[in-house]
Amino acid sequence: MSNTFRLTSGGEINRAERISFKFNGKNLFGYKGDTLASALLANGIHLVGRSFKYHRPRGFLGSGSEEPNAIVQLHKDKAKTEPNIRATQIEIFEGLEAKSQNCWPSVNFDISEINNFLSPILPAGFYYKTFMWPAKFWKKYEYFIRKSAGLGFAPTKRDPDLYEHQYYHCEVLVIGSGPAGLTAAMIAAQSGKKVLLVDEKPEHGGSLVGSNDQVTRIDNKTPKEWIQNTYLELLKNKNIKILNRTSVAAYHNYNYLIMMQNLTDHLNENDKKNKIRQRLWKVRAEKVILATGSIERTMVFDCNDRPGIMLSSAVRKYLNHYGVKCGNNVIIFSNNDDAYETALSLHDKGVKIKAIIDIRKESNGELVKNCVDLGIKIMWKHTIVKAEGHKRINEVVIMKLSSDNNSVVGDKIKISCDLLCVSGGYTPAVHLFTQSGGKLAFDEKKFYFYPEKTSLDQISIGSCSGIFNLKKIIQNTYIKVNTFLKTNIKDKTIVSDYKSGGFDNIWLLPSNKISGKTKSFIDFQNDSTANDIKLALREGFKSIEHVKRYTTTGMATDQGKIANMHALGIISDITKTKMGELGTTTFRPPFTPLTFGALVGRNVKEFFDVTRETPMHIWHKNNGAKFEDVGQWKRAWYYPINNESMYNAVQRESKAARENAGILDASTLGKIDIQGSDASEFLNRVYTNAWSKLGISKCRYGLMLNEDGMVYDDGVTTRLGENHYIMTTTTGGAATVMSKLEDYLQTEWPELKVFLTSVTDHFATVSVCGPHSKKILEKVVKNINFADQEFPHMSFKEGIIDNIKCRVMRISFTGELSYEINIQANYGKAVWEKCMKAGKEFNITPYGTEAMHLLRAEKGFVIVGQETDGTVTPGDLQMDWIINKKKYDFIGKRSLYRSDTMKEGRKQMVGLLTENPNEVLEEGAQIVAEIKKNPPMEMLGHVTSSYFSPNLKKSIALAVIKNGKNLKGKKLYIPMKKKVIEVIVSDTIFLDKEGSRLNG
Amino acid sequence: MFIIKCPYCGERDHSEFSHGGEAHINRPKKPTELSDDQWAEYLFMRKNIKGLQYERWNHAHGCRQWFNVARDTSNDKIHFVYKMGENPPK
Repeated sequence: MSNTFRLTSGGEINRAERISFKFNGKNLFGYKGDTLASALLANGIHLVGRSFKYHRPRGFLGSGSEEPNAIVQLHKDKAKTEPNIRATQIEIFEGLEAKSQNCWPSVNFDISEINNFLSPILPAGFYYKTFMWPAKFWKKYEYFIRKSAGLGFAPTKRDPDLYEHQYYHCEVLVIGSGPAGLTAAMIAAQSGKKVLLVDEKPEHGGSLVGSNDQVTRIDNKTPKEWIQNTYLELLKNKNIKILNRTSVAAYHNYNYLIMMQNLTDHLNENDKKNKIRQRLWKVRAEKVILATGSIERTMVFDCNDRPGIMLSSAVRKYLNHYGVKCGNNVIIFSNNDDAYETALSLHDKGVKIKAIIDIRKESNGELVKNCVDLGIKIMWKHTIVKAEGHKRINEVVIMKLSSDNNSVVGDKIKISCDLLCVSGGYTPAVHLFTQSGGKLAFDEKKFYFYPEKTSLDQISIGSCSGIFNLKKIIQNTYIKVNTFLKTNIKDKTIVSDYKSGGFDNIWLLPSNKISGKTKSFIDFQNDSTANDIKLALREGFKSIEHVKRYTTTGMATDQGKIANMHALGIISDITKTKMGELGTTTFRPPFTPLTFGALVGRNVKEFFDVTRETPMHIWHKNNGAKFEDVGQWKRAWYYPINNESMYNAVQRESKAARENAGILDASTLGKIDIQGSDASEFLNRVYTNAWSKLGISKCRYGLMLNEDGMVYDDGVTTRLGENHYIMTTTTGGAATVMSKLEDYLQTEWPELKVFLTSVTDHFATVSVCGPHSKKILEKVVKNINFADQEFPHMSFKEGIIDNIKCRVMRISFTGELSYEINIQANYGKAVWEKCMKAGKEFNITPYGTEAMHLLRAEKGFVIVGQETDGTVTPGDLQMDWIINKKKYDFIGKRSLYRSDTMKEGRKQMVGLLTENPNEVLEEGAQIVAEIKKNPPMEMLGHVTSSYFSPNLKKSIALAVIKNGKNLKGKKLYIPMKKKVIEVIVSDTIFLDKEGSRLNG
Repeated sequence: MFIIKCPYCGERDHSEFSHGGEAHINRPKKPTELSDDQWAEYLFMRKNIKGLQYERWNHAHGCRQWFNVARDTSNDKIHFVYKMGENPPK
């Protein structure tokens, strides 16, 4: 087959540039400017897909983004393949490959079509009533359900394309470059304002594209000439930017809009290379003009979904714009005059119109008269009751309507055809308007929702505001835009159009069969029928939001662009509720689907999130460290040598730290510089313990609670001077603690003279611990006297390393003799290397976060976020010693004696030793008092930290258990999947209970 | 998506700010004198108004100052902005 349905001349395609492409493996050709839809239609192909549930044969309905049926899988390449792309929007390029979806083995012969025959047991919501019993078969059902769900296939490799984001500010944004939009843009541009004009299509002109040259003239030009002329005029203005192939996805509050611009999808492979594929524009506009047009409606009757049933305006566009006739024997089915423009176009191009079926009694419109004059047969007050044909329509069955339109009368009339153009009127495209918070009103006489009220700086013009006559559109646009922009541009347009007849509307056309015996489709993509709507109403669903979800009407990738109005109309008729009272379901962004790539932009791979590295990072990397993510930081986790496993590395590091010396990069912990004459008072209020008497150059561990009494953060704070402290926080808490302290200072205690500065990134911190740590520090910081009497535990000294000042704190998180050097960040790596060199003779061993966790656990030190989870008080941690009883108040104090915080049976932190010392518990494992044959067993608590201690040669763990403080020595049980582990509740300090190791 | 006028920096995009809950809740000066219920009232109970609501906002990615905002939660319209410690203008 080759382009047998292409007219020999006419259309906007470039007949000099032939393009080959593949559809379902078949080689075909079209021309530059064709969409996949127009090219396939030119080749006589209508069957392009199978419907979601019933696998019915489906063909093209429309010509634009409203297309529900012709969605294809585009690209073969596993990284670029995309499902559910509307063939009506794919611009063909050389080498394009596309496939039908949701059919197997082929679109022509699809095994799942059996679903169509099973349809009586597959109505809307059938899955709520099936697959329930027996429950244990669910796993088997799920496998098949997953296989049949969805339409196309997701890519299985990383997206190789480039995407970008762009911010843009403008004074006037015009959405839509149809006749109204182009006119509005002209007025705005002439006023000198900064204008952005966008349209989702590659061509400008909106509804004028593909219109009949003889029927419409603007300024004595054909529509095509007028569009071209206007566009060139607009380009002369420097203050207007025009974007085509740009779809507005979302309209948010405060005139903030997101739109997606397609840059390369229509180009061939060579021209696409290394270019940005799509650009997401984030636009803030002072004023917005919505000119989004309207969408033609189908008609709802039995089997209205057959391939070859198309919207009349689409057929017209394929004919006049793409030079493609969609059939040879045409029937037109209408309730308005617009379809007669299609009839005239078809007739002009020599296509046979067998009849026009019109549900109206009559029309005195000019176009109707022209058709009558041409001898085209019109059957007034008739309706189609069924469309026959399987993979292509081949016949329509027609009957006369009763005078009240509620039923059909008389005999069936059958007319054969290969194309049926339907025209049910137009629905204003109010999606963006409602997204922006606008309120709609329903026009009872004209059967559409139109924009009524908005609180934003915005107007709607053209057919999206409910005006369909071209002359009126242009006039109204001048009036509205001049008022909106406070301009005074004169309307000099001469529009010659035609007098139009009236409009009659029947949402669900009557039939000679009961509705249960018909398949009248409302939502083509999700296969929901008029019957499904009726079923939902019968089952008691009243709200349109419920009916929508129960029947899945309007929930497919086309978001009900064609389906919504008829669904509402049928609900309104059956429930006898006014449509205006029913309202519409909520329109949500995006208007048409967006790619993930566009949404993410450049933030992929290493740009997905910020990575924070310490000044010593490169040393860790070069020395084989494996890293763990702590927030955005990369922290050295362990340093495996000679291919050892993580377990072995951590055992080795933990042993070395206590036997000789260990060195840890602690730079990521939060550091806050606190200054001011009220600094001590401030610390008293934010920590649980006492700070007023802390001497200068002394360090103290502080615990911070939330106002609800739960442990929030902890760290050592050092007094550097009279009114100067440096606080440390956990790595993860750095920013939040800083925020919280600022909050209190600004909003509760503005009278305190305290100034906070985050200095986390300013200082690198090298921590050296172990019996030889003192000797190592002596070699590195030569001007400090490290003798114990001079430099006791929990104190601070200023030091000098190679003429650079540093701070040395003697504090310990491992329980070993330990010192921390804090130095300006850019010297961090040098100091680390100095310590490594000085420690070489003592076998200094770098250790990571995993060994650090193990070492502190041996000493029973808590880690906020590991032992605590926001529900744990200091009392629960058996840390009553850190609550100062004398202080009047501190953050969280009052909550410590709420009845809930003081009650018996709270979970308290304890140690656990396993009966089998080699058995290491799993963190998170649940603990019970008694093993029963079957659940339930009362869970007393869980394991928070667990390790095999190389220093104690046995497994140790920390846990929080109900009433833990009274359970010391008790045997408890941990039921795992395949075994039960016995444990004894122990003290939380496993090693060096006296703390003598702190002195080396 | 909204535009918030920071009293110190001027109009900025919503994404520069972080929300801090209901405004004008003062931390009790004498918590020891409150019953558990009264303390729980301060700790946990917050209004959730459909309509004009007074809220705290922080210019987290800017001057890091806290201030108050009167916002209509039904349409996100911000009626006015005022400094921390001030009362809403009439």
